[in-house]
Amino acid sequence: MQETYNYKVVRQFSIMTVVWGIVGMLVGVIIASQLAWPALNFDIPWLTFSRLRPLHTNAVIFAFGGSALFATSYYIVQRTCHAKLFAPALAAFTFWGWQLVIVLAAVTLPLGYTTSKEYAELEWPIDILLTVVWVSYAIVFFGTIVKRKVKHIYVANWFLGSFILTVAVLHLGNSAALPVSLMGMKSYSAYAGVQDAMVQWWYGHNAVGFFLTAGFLGMMYYFMPKAAGRPVYSYRLSVVHFWALAFTYIWAGPHHLMYTALPDWTQSLGMVMSLILLAPSWGGMINGIMTLSGAWDKLRTDPILKFLVVAISFYGMSTFEGPMMAIKTVNALSHYTDWTIGHVHAGALGWVAMISIGSMYFLIPRLFGKTEMYSVRLIETHFWISTLGVVLYIASMWISGVMQGLMWRATNADGTLTYSFIESVAAMHPFYVTRTLGGLVFFSGMLLMAYNVWKTIKADDASPVDAIIPEPAH
Amino acid sequence: MDTVNFHILWTVALFILFIAIIIWAWSSKRKEEFDELANLPLDEEKFANQVEENTSGRKYNA
Repeated sequence: MQETYNYKVVRQFSIMTVVWGIVGMLVGVIIASQLAWPALNFDIPWLTFSRLRPLHTNAVIFAFGGSALFATSYYIVQRTCHAKLFAPALAAFTFWGWQLVIVLAAVTLPLGYTTSKEYAELEWPIDILLTVVWVSYAIVFFGTIVKRKVKHIYVANWFLGSFILTVAVLHLGNSAALPVSLMGMKSYSAYAGVQDAMVQWWYGHNAVGFFLTAGFLGMMYYFMPKAAGRPVYSYRLSVVHFWALAFTYIWAGPHHLMYTALPDWTQSLGMVMSLILLAPSWGGMINGIMTLSGAWDKLRTDPILKFLVVAISFYGMSTFEGPMMAIKTVNALSHYTDWTIGHVHAGALGWVAMISIGSMYFLIPRLFGKTEMYSVRLIETHFWISTLGVVLYIASMWISGVMQGLMWRATNADGTLTYSFIESVAAMHPFYVTRTLGGLVFFSGMLLMAYNVWKTIKADDASPVDAIIPEPAH
Repeated sequence: MDTVNFHILWTVALFILFIAIIIWAWSSKRKEEFDELANLPLDEEKFANQVEENTSGRKYNA
């Protein structure tokens, strides 16, 4: 009997990507509605914005995005190494362990347990579990690389490997804390003052750089060529892209702390390194998009390619916007406004979600012995719904953010503020409603995806199939 | 050597390493090999057929 790949854990994570996408985005729609209509928190502490917001970010980044990364990395590393997943029991543990972390987050965050570190809110007992799961992930991934039967390590694996390694270092560094008691959830950070802030944003921006960028670039470098049926535009550019990101991203964190107690030279360094980041980011974007050169006609008929190409375009757009916002004078206007929220969602919905959705539409039928989703037309519909949702979301946040920034800094001739804070809040209301609508539209696309996935895997001729590992012909 | 000087030297060393990587990746010698490797996800049969047992028993492509 011929040896097959281990698709079971890939299937599990793929299905949960859709499930957690729906849950995480639903919470997003709820908190967007609360900002537009504050009465919607019903005066229940567990439903307040302050507790649901970290639930939303954790659910979309780590549950939805994380599951997509686990699924695709386990698939890509096997397919490009021609090797079955190393330590299958440990791989199964990463699935159940990751789900447990998500469930614990969904329970503890609404209850108010938080370290108050953005994107690292989970308290110390969950952090320890997360570390165990992540180390297991690294063992499975790098173990598969070690047992590969192809000499070269394909570029997607470099991106995925750096994502796994860096996230481990970031998590251990930023989550270092002293528990108040062994039986309680409360802990205090190992760092204090501005050092704590710098460690937090060293973590925070590299979570963007390695979790939300390098990991999903791994997806791009595998699924873009597969969907286009063409090799990546320039392989050497992909090698330089990888090393340039690895050497540059780690410096960009201080741009989250402009005009704070952080030393001025550190702020300027963060700004300069953020500007330099534009080069590798755009190199990677061009590499992804140009993979389709000579096959542009496929864009007309293949909605999966539409998802991937638009995702890469949003990657280019948000990696242009990011460096601009890191310029100190621009940051003086944009920081603490909705512009930041718009920027984050251009990346999160436009890049991360759309590259994941496109990859899942390519991947899921292949995990169930089919070549296509149940309905290609529904993918097409989902694509247009998603695009409309993202555009509504980010356009409203741009306008709202710039308006907020201008209102806050406006002064009268005698030096007093032109607007009170509440006037800026009132001016934001129509944009908050539009943002909620954009989020709702994007969320409804996920329901369509769930239906399409359900019909695909429940079709009469669909069954869980593990592909055969190619053997040399003797 | 104090910490600051160590950090300066380390940063400069990494920068030189990065430049070396660019020169390595962009040298014309790499071009043909890279063009072939770019097909790794697409032409799975071809890469499987390059697998040969080497003396250590580990399978590598020739």
